[in-house]
Amino acid sequence: MRVQESYPVDVDAIRADFPILQRKVGGDISTPGEHDDDDTPLVYLDNAATSHTPEQVVDAIVDYYHGYNSNVHRGIHHLSQEASVAYENAHDRVAEFIGASGGREEVVFTKNTTESMNLVAYAWGLDELGPGDSVVMTEMEHHASLVTWQQIAKKTGAEVRYIRVDDDGRLDMEHAKELIDDSTKMVSVVHVSNTLGTVNPVSELADMAHEVGAYAFVDGAQSVPTRPVDVEDIDADFFAFSGHKMCGPTGIGALYGKRDILEEMQPYLYGGEMIRSVTYEDSTWEDLPWKFEAGTPPIAQGVGFAAAVDYLDDIGMENVQAHEELLAEYAYDRLGEFDDIEMYGPPGDDRGGLVAFNLDSVHAHDLSSILNEQGVAIRAGDHCTQPLHDKLGVAASTRASFYIYNTREEVDKLVDAIDTARELFA
Amino acid sequence: MGIGSDMYRQQIMDHYKNPRNHGRLESPTFTHTGENPSCGDTITMDVQLADDGETIERVAFSGDGCAISQASASMLTQRLPGTTLSELAEMDTDDITEMLGVDISPMRIKCAVLARQVAQDGAKIHDGEIEIEQTKTEGDDD
Ligand SMILES: Cc1ncc(COP(=O)(O)O)c(C=O)c1O
Repeated sequence: MRVQESYPVDVDAIRADFPILQRKVGGDISTPGEHDDDDTPLVYLDNAATSHTPEQVVDAIVDYYHGYNSNVHRGIHHLSQEASVAYENAHDRVAEFIGASGGREEVVFTKNTTESMNLVAYAWGLDELGPGDSVVMTEMEHHASLVTWQQIAKKTGAEVRYIRVDDDGRLDMEHAKELIDDSTKMVSVVHVSNTLGTVNPVSELADMAHEVGAYAFVDGAQSVPTRPVDVEDIDADFFAFSGHKMCGPTGIGALYGKRDILEEMQPYLYGGEMIRSVTYEDSTWEDLPWKFEAGTPPIAQGVGFAAAVDYLDDIGMENVQAHEELLAEYAYDRLGEFDDIEMYGPPGDDRGGLVAFNLDSVHAHDLSSILNEQGVAIRAGDHCTQPLHDKLGVAASTRASFYIYNTREEVDKLVDAIDTARELFA
Repeated sequence: MGIGSDMYRQQIMDHYKNPRNHGRLESPTFTHTGENPSCGDTITMDVQLADDGETIERVAFSGDGCAISQASASMLTQRLPGTTLSELAEMDTDDITEMLGVDISPMRIKCAVLARQVAQDGAKIHDGEIEIEQTKTEGDDD
């Protein structure tokens, strides 16, 4: 094997865990699951939208349904107890993965990053924000936080402020210093930008927030899947991420919160599972994290989430990060060979594992359709960062995003497929 | 696969690269603009009616955006003259895909039908049936 060919992770072994990577595409899409007429090998480069799920995680979910499917915290019976233990332990496992020493009490399972954000916005923001207060975000914020805080600010009379993104796609930290002031109650920032690939100095921003007595909320949707993350090193007060972007199932995500802050907060959803005692007149709440998990939770998904974290830990998050960076740099270099390709964000050796770009004179949606016809799955659109695209002066961009199973050859296929579009539109 | 793309057949590429009736009419009977906010496709259609006030005589379009939206607008400017406003009102998505002569993937349908929607809304405003500033097709959810 040439040195050039080696990777920080065992790509062949990893690919074998993901049967979907072997499938072909291109046939009739109106019959999902029937692949007889598909003829084009899949090159999956849309991992920032969602990652695939390895056999190990699917097996954990199957084992749950075959072996101990039951509602949690309700039955005295055997199955319910097994399900409860597994679901509770999953919280501890995910907490450990992100360095939350408080364990389950600091990790609330939600549907996804978006719900985690809304939980804090409603449970904390509606009560605590008011006229004269400010929420500081960044210009590269995902709609999950941008729209949420924008709308909560409208309801409460608070102000939203955006830290400027400079021409290299990095945060203007001088501007951050100006914006974060005594009026600031929340600094809500994205850790790794899903559009620019920028890795933001979230620990520094958390310090700045704490200096003025504000909380720091980090959107880790793109960071937890791709690098070692320690929420206590960052000193985040809140931290959100999604299972489906990190080898886990859809329908589950997490909100980390410092225990004392979560304890102070009122519930966001009411109902079963989250109460300790109820009378016709009033109710009291369960302990953390159950106070924030009303109703029957996503139990199978929680079990799958923990299995995903096991899977990633086996590979090692340092290795995952190294693989991501290798592919990001390779893609940045290969796409950079062409004068008619404009890339957004910092240079190839200083970014997360994704590259958003535009090909001159070919609309992003045309490009992605042509890539799709060649089996290359990428994202085209505004990637839920519409204001950032407005700032970049483009309506849409095309984004390739990588994960542990991607290879340099797949990046080469992307480049070749772009060439087809270039010829077609020439 | 080579250069023979499924969706981007020669006819589409020809209309995209050499749009027909591109520009503005001098004295349109009505004119209307629409956009796909999420794609950034915009199209303005100028429509000139015959003296009967019902038959479409000339159509021109301007705007920019993806190949599908622009080619569809170009083809429509050739297709519409000679038809009546009520025939225009009845045009549906199938008529557009038939006109384009290719299968349009579901995610791209709104690009393909933008020009038709703009023409139809323009006609309705002209008839006083609706009052809108601009046509906006549903944004995609990304
Ligand atoms: C940076 C960032 N934040 C938030 C989200 C929202 O994640 P979800 O759709 O899982 O809630 C995403 C992904 O779509 C993202 O990339």
